[in-house]
Amino acid sequence: MPDQLLYAIEAGLNGLMAGVLYALVALGFVLIFKASGIFNYAQGVLALFAALTLVGFQNGQIPFAHLINAIFGTDLHTFGWQLPAIVAIVLAAGVMVILSIIIERYVLKHLVNQAPIILFMATIGLAYFLEGLGDIMWGADIKKLDVGLPQGINETIDTVTYNAFGYGFFIDNLDIVASVVAALLVISLTIFSQYSKQGRALRAVADDHQAALSVGISLRFIWVLVWSIAGFVALVAGIMWGSKSGVQFSLSLIALKALPVLMLGGFTSIPGAIVGGLIIGMGEKLFEFFVGPMIGGATENWFAYVLALLFLVFRPQGLFGEKIIERV
Amino acid sequence: MFYREAGDFKTSYADDSQTFPIRFDRLRYYAVMAVAFGVIPFFINDYWANAVFVPFLIYAIAALGLNILTGYCGQVSLGTGGFMAVGAYAVYKLMTAFPDVSILIHVLLAGGITAMVGVLFGLPSLRIKGFYLAVATLAAQFFLVWLFNKVPWFYNYSASGQISAPERTILGQAVTGANTTAPAKYLFCLIILVALAWLARNLTRGTVGRKWMAIRDMDIAAEIIGVNPLTTKLSAFAISSFYIGVAGALFFAVYLGAAEVGEAFGIQKSFLILFMIIIGGLGSIFGSFAGAAFMVLMPVLLKNLLVGQLGWATDLAAHLELMIVGALIVIFLIAEPHGMAQLWRLAKEKLRLWPFPH
Amino acid sequence: MNQMNPEGYVTADGRKIGPVLMEMKNISLRFGGVKAITDISFDIREGEIRAIIGPNGAGKSSMLNVISGFYVPQDGEVWFRGYKRGPMKPYQVARLGIARTFQNIALFDGMSVLDNIMTGRLTLMKSGLFSQAMWWGKAEKEETEHREKVEKIIDFLEIQPIRKTPVGRLPYGLKKRVELARALAAEPKLLLLDEPMAGMNVEEKEDMCRFILDVNDEFGTTIALIEHDMGVVMDLSDRVVVMDYGKKIGDGTPDEVRSNPDVINAYLGVSHD
Repeated sequence: MPDQLLYAIEAGLNGLMAGVLYALVALGFVLIFKASGIFNYAQGVLALFAALTLVGFQNGQIPFAHLINAIFGTDLHTFGWQLPAIVAIVLAAGVMVILSIIIERYVLKHLVNQAPIILFMATIGLAYFLEGLGDIMWGADIKKLDVGLPQGINETIDTVTYNAFGYGFFIDNLDIVASVVAALLVISLTIFSQYSKQGRALRAVADDHQAALSVGISLRFIWVLVWSIAGFVALVAGIMWGSKSGVQFSLSLIALKALPVLMLGGFTSIPGAIVGGLIIGMGEKLFEFFVGPMIGGATENWFAYVLALLFLVFRPQGLFGEKIIERV
Repeated sequence: MFYREAGDFKTSYADDSQTFPIRFDRLRYYAVMAVAFGVIPFFINDYWANAVFVPFLIYAIAALGLNILTGYCGQVSLGTGGFMAVGAYAVYKLMTAFPDVSILIHVLLAGGITAMVGVLFGLPSLRIKGFYLAVATLAAQFFLVWLFNKVPWFYNYSASGQISAPERTILGQAVTGANTTAPAKYLFCLIILVALAWLARNLTRGTVGRKWMAIRDMDIAAEIIGVNPLTTKLSAFAISSFYIGVAGALFFAVYLGAAEVGEAFGIQKSFLILFMIIIGGLGSIFGSFAGAAFMVLMPVLLKNLLVGQLGWATDLAAHLELMIVGALIVIFLIAEPHGMAQLWRLAKEKLRLWPFPH
Repeated sequence: MNQMNPEGYVTADGRKIGPVLMEMKNISLRFGGVKAITDISFDIREGEIRAIIGPNGAGKSSMLNVISGFYVPQDGEVWFRGYKRGPMKPYQVARLGIARTFQNIALFDGMSVLDNIMTGRLTLMKSGLFSQAMWWGKAEKEETEHREKVEKIIDFLEIQPIRKTPVGRLPYGLKKRVELARALAAEPKLLLLDEPMAGMNVEEKEDMCRFILDVNDEFGTTIALIEHDMGVVMDLSDRVVVMDYGKKIGDGTPDEVRSNPDVINAYLGVSHD
């Protein structure tokens, strides 16, 4: 095979892996959108917040240390202990649940029956708030996240492809783990929503709020549940992305990438989120590989959005969304 | 006691549809204009111009523009930063290519160019609605910033990749460049803002404004009663982008003097302007001013208080500001989706009847 | 029968009915596999009050949406004022002089009553963007002229006190009236009313009937309406089209329709004698 093609295949494969992470964030969006009709812009910041919290717990950081120091003139930084990764993950998940309860209580409850676009803008406000909160709680410096996931080049793939094509593909172990975790997550979510009592209630709410209320489903409980699950998904995404490139503000920009993924896949479809993520991930890597060098590179910044935009113009409901019939 | 409409009779429909139907409002408006043009220019210094007045005036123009699109026509855009960049780079190219033409004309032309770009990115609004469109406008934001970053022609192949504004004068007074005095900057922006605000007011109270609002409130019904959604939405995109382009041009040429696109016109700018109109009031001219003033003043006050008085670290103050802004957005959307303008209106309604509310 | 006279006829209460204004020829409308309307033809004459009735799901609203251009039928022709109407966008249909109200009120909630009614005149206002931005000459003059016309309608429908109230704050009955005002403001050749009496109490219904009759009487506006309330329909209308399962099962004066066996079957169930 010609080298060019091999490089392209490698870029495409890496794109697929990146796409899995987009899909992971997009999954959180879809869950919340289906259950509450809210387009949750803050999903990416949730991932950032979750990752910050995780690192904070792991390193025994004292929350709000900067703020406390600034107000009381103290010099606090850490408790001086290191927590095992698994304990920190459980604690961080707990924080995400508490956060969901707070969000439901102080934000969502008051925004029932508002126009979707108002809800959308409210979640932008929420994103700002959470970003500020995360920074104040844990500090804004770039942090290393290590929960013991394997990292670095996968030797097996490298060797096998080298023997087959004379060129070893570089595939990161972390990406493989991420793909497996994402697959497990999707399967367990599907099982949960299809076979558990809460899952059935969740689907009922997704279909029709009023009808769900009238058969005695507690909307508020469902919302807390959904936001908690979305928070957990955000935590997983945060772990994957954080292990890869450190915990920093740019993590929340990944969330923005999930938006075109959703536009492609349709906001209400879990398979759509995954396929959309893969298409965007692979598309942007390949586009950068083939076209990028000709027009100056860094096309990943906008490719996903422009692709989604063009796509929407021709198919407004997305790949898997249902066709919209307008009525008066 | 003075704020009354009783006894203020209207004898023609033209009187009834004027901008300030109540006499007291009219007087206050004249007073504000007198202070803005007759008093402030004599006292303004560099600190006040750069920290408060000039950014306020420029952001108010951008907020007016976004309010036309989002507040009046109901199309949420997250591409404001990108469109401001179009205005900035357009004015830069025009200033350097035609040094003899008046800067005022360049600024307006920059607005016109931005309007065209805006229409181009507004085309999808015919097919996609609501937050789908909002996300689609992100394409404009990221693509435009990338474009100005990557194509050297736009920054005249300068080594730093920055653009910087050469000195240009109006009536012998420098309004751009290093030698510009505070009053000159202030007055130049003020005159443009007042003119554009007046135009915006006229547009929004007449046929065009009603078409925009009809599309905003119920697009299907609007189409059935005879509103052409294509021309209506595109006109909103065009006019809105014109305002935003002018704001971008002024932001670069008058306020910053030199700019790097990602820093000056990134996605954060889009959100900033959006927050201005949410807090100020969607669908309100006054709200655009109030929101711009609020979002300019709040960081200045916070910084003076936390950093200046309490001696906090700057980054801590910045994080707190993020939280405050975010919380305010949520609070306003919950408690008063029409923003400060609505609070103002309610206060006036109370005043009208005070002290005999029945 | 005098109703077949192409030049028009005079009703029992002395109103003059003119020639055919709109004619629907063999209209069929499908949504995917669902047939909403099957091969329906009827006409509407100038100055007439024409009703379309039928049980739920009979396709009445779809029919109205075809007339107002919101749905485009797969088969059939729509003739209006002697011309065949080509494929048109809804806003173009509005410009031909067809205005309507909606079953679920479709007012612009963020605007005042006055502004809402003024939107009805959008198709008649001509001043350009530039002159409006300047608020000079034409734009201001035009605004005042149209305001005068709108004020007449406000007087006519007795909604003077709520002129400047935001529509969102109004009770249901008044909203319906404002919607009628908006449609009237367009000075339509043909006015379509989609269940104008739905959800109203007896008093409000009486008011609405009076307004409909007055509109027809004073402005000579042709009216096509959909209504559930049989009593109201029979009292109001000159001729009635009856639909069931997307098909036309009756057409004629209220008396003719009332004695039509198919119509009785559709409303009371099939009789087996």
